[in-house]
Amino acid sequence: MEKLNNQDFLSAVQAAFGADVLAHEEAFGMLNIELSPTRIHEAIQWLQQHQDLSVNYLTNIAGVHYPEAVGREFAVVYQLHSWKHNLRLRIKGHLPKDKLHIATITDLFAGANWMERETYDFFGIIFDGHPDLRRILNMDDMDYFPMRKEYVLEDATREDKDDRFFGRNNNEL
Amino acid sequence: MSQEIKEILQAADPANVATINFGPTHPSTHGIFQNILKVDGEKIISSEQTVGYIHRAFEKLAERRPYNQITPITDRLNYCSSPINNIGWEMTVEKLIGVEIPKRVQYMRVIMMELARIADHLICNSVIGVDAGALTSFFYPFSEREKIYELYEEISGARLTTNMGRIGGFERDFTPVFHQKLQSFLKTFPKAFEEFDSMLARNRIFMDRTKGAGPISAERALSYSFSGPNLRAAGVDYDVRVMSPYSSYEDFDFTIPVGVNGDTYDRFMVRQEEIRQSIRIIEQAYKNLPEGDYKADLPDFYLPPKEDVYNNMEALIYHFKIVMGETELPVGEVYHAVEGGNGELGFYLISDGGRTPYRLQFRRPCFIYYQAYPEMIKGLPISDAVLTLSSINVIAGELDA
Repeated sequence: MEKLNNQDFLSAVQAAFGADVLAHEEAFGMLNIELSPTRIHEAIQWLQQHQDLSVNYLTNIAGVHYPEAVGREFAVVYQLHSWKHNLRLRIKGHLPKDKLHIATITDLFAGANWMERETYDFFGIIFDGHPDLRRILNMDDMDYFPMRKEYVLEDATREDKDDRFFGRNNNEL
Repeated sequence: MSQEIKEILQAADPANVATINFGPTHPSTHGIFQNILKVDGEKIISSEQTVGYIHRAFEKLAERRPYNQITPITDRLNYCSSPINNIGWEMTVEKLIGVEIPKRVQYMRVIMMELARIADHLICNSVIGVDAGALTSFFYPFSEREKIYELYEEISGARLTTNMGRIGGFERDFTPVFHQKLQSFLKTFPKAFEEFDSMLARNRIFMDRTKGAGPISAERALSYSFSGPNLRAAGVDYDVRVMSPYSSYEDFDFTIPVGVNGDTYDRFMVRQEEIRQSIRIIEQAYKNLPEGDYKADLPDFYLPPKEDVYNNMEALIYHFKIVMGETELPVGEVYHAVEGGNGELGFYLISDGGRTPYRLQFRRPCFIYYQAYPEMIKGLPISDAVLTLSSINVIAGELDA
């Protein structure tokens, strides 16, 4: 059996999802594909059920907060693995901060349940259709989402750890 | 209980359903996590889990720490096999900065990681024995684990939370005492292990207790993103060491044991066989241990020797830069996975070039497969739920991060 590579996967996804493939790159050998968030559920289902690609394993789901990217502040990253071709890929969807909704994939992978709950718990991203979207690691009465970048750890007056001296600017958050 | 009281109780709850707490600090949960069980007599109807009792915000902490200071955080994930976590994290950073690691370091890492796997599996399997009522087989392997901890001590100075190795290699080479202790371990361990194995593996009572306890099918296990021994016990031969070899695992000859039913007995047997395979890997790696340096040539990350820092300007500059985290880092996203004690332990690292990760996510196998627990224990007696919990080897540190 011929093993497909990143380029084959990318071409297949581009052929199927056309203009909804917003960006793509190969980072450290792993294919990253950014899709319109509204079509991510459909794309993962398509990848899972595809005869040749057969992306059968959900590795993890991660949330990321990019406060400086206006209109696309939050990212949901799905890392998937096709065992048939031993190929890992990332599907990303960017969401604006005032509309943090994305469709759940718990109907495709049972294991997505807690991964999505964790992402909700830390970033406040709402997975529509999730059977039980509650906080999981933090307390139920917590009133903020702690992994967002505006909640800075440690004493902000400590000069020796000030990020401004290391090429980052967190002051405008 | 008198017949009269019994009748009153039954009348109060017509469905005969009782709600009981299994945890948070039940002796057989091996950590702090709660299960609220609904039971009909002995039979579990449903259960609801609460996790997060020891959540320590590792991912948030990691965003404020330079890369070398994150290694001690990883110790506290699966603390039964910290070296695998440490080395997995170091390899993630090495992948980001794109450094060539000497063959000797890779083999040394394989030896340490396989020792950690043995320690992890030994504890898990002997604890399954305890939960089935066999206490002797729990105390017996502890002297063997002690020998592994002494080996950790020789290479890292610590026993449990090892903070082993550095980005680029090890902090020191194998010492003469290490060589001597490893050789004697390789000689004595297999015999002691087979004695441990003979206490449980074909023990009628143990088999009757564990067969059929907490089964899961291969399809469900895959859907739940299981990995490691729990997935292999269900009959799927997925192992990161073979699927995406790291640290020269492709050089070694070993087999991946698989089970059939995915129940407690199969999980036990898979772990037992993995211990034997780990010994095989260590023997191969030790026999063919290449000559060379115990660290890569990586002055930007690897601290110079202390005497140089005091006497040499160059070394002092590097020391300062590493401690203050002023090293240039590439921008990018890396995912690196290792086969941890419990399965695919992954590090998803996003670097923006700053001295700390922009985002670091740990793929913690425990957290991912523990969600299948209610499904696995449904319809079983409470005693089987206890066995199932210990045999899936949920480690609270890794579960809650």
